[in-house]
Amino acid sequence: MIKAIVNVSLKAGVLDSQGKAVHHALDSLHFNGVNDVRVGKQIVLSLDETNREKAITDVTKMCEELLANTVIEDYEIELV
Amino acid sequence: MKVTIVQFPGTNCEYDTQHAFEDLGADTEILWHKSESVPSDTNLLVVAGGFSYGDYLRSGAIAKFSPVMKAVSEYAGKGGKVLGICNGFQVLTEAGLLPGALKRNNGLHFISKHHHLKVINNDNIFLEKLNNNDVVNIPVAHHDGNYYIDNNGLKELYENNQVLLKYTDENGENKNPNGSVDSIAGICNKEKNVFGLMPHPERAMEALLGSDDGIKMLQGFLEA
Repeated sequence: MIKAIVNVSLKAGVLDSQGKAVHHALDSLHFNGVNDVRVGKQIVLSLDETNREKAITDVTKMCEELLANTVIEDYEIELV
Repeated sequence: MKVTIVQFPGTNCEYDTQHAFEDLGADTEILWHKSESVPSDTNLLVVAGGFSYGDYLRSGAIAKFSPVMKAVSEYAGKGGKVLGICNGFQVLTEAGLLPGALKRNNGLHFISKHHHLKVINNDNIFLEKLNNNDVVNIPVAHHDGNYYIDNNGLKELYENNQVLLKYTDENGENKNPNGSVDSIAGICNKEKNVFGLMPHPERAMEALLGSDDGIKMLQGFLEA
């Protein structure tokens, strides 16, 4: 069994208003060394597939069709 | 004239939409999301507002795989007229029937209030009852109404007169409630048979309730 971790986040250049709000909150807590905050989501999939290459292909398809909206979001896939 | 209104689990504007179109003299039918076809006598298909499947993952992301959406795409592909209001707009962008995407409002708050909109292009059946630069007063109620499209996409929208409505103040001056690119509130596809907007014209049918500017918008469809 393969576990796939998918990280979805807004594309660079697309304003991340949640990230901005979190950044602002960190500032007010006096965490001053933070340059930028991006908020994304993590989707963890447990797959029957045992072939890693095939797993990447499958999960990429899942991302393109459902897990990410590629108009505004990028995704990264990690297998563990 | 027959208006068919799509209903997902979580849709909550289908009866308002039905009431609005019936007031204008149309026959209506509510179409459950499990239906695999659009009634053949349909003249306008509305994807109504509210929520769909809890809007898990992203607003409209799950709804686009619902059985009825295949029928909606086919109907639109054959030139059928489709209107997406609010969540319906989100569903139509997710389904690829309209360009761009709707993001979380910049202020992160749910916005529910009357807002003025300016007509940008009336050379389509939706807004033909209005003039360009007319200002209408229509309620908005959304959390994810922040329209995004990249620069190339935006250029294309303008070139093809696909930008229909923008958020303004009562004088038609730019006023952006949610961070939408160029304050865009509504668009259509290139073929001008699929329309989407975040504001709710079906909630602006009675002057007594704040505005009846929605009448002129929805009437366009009935006389087309």
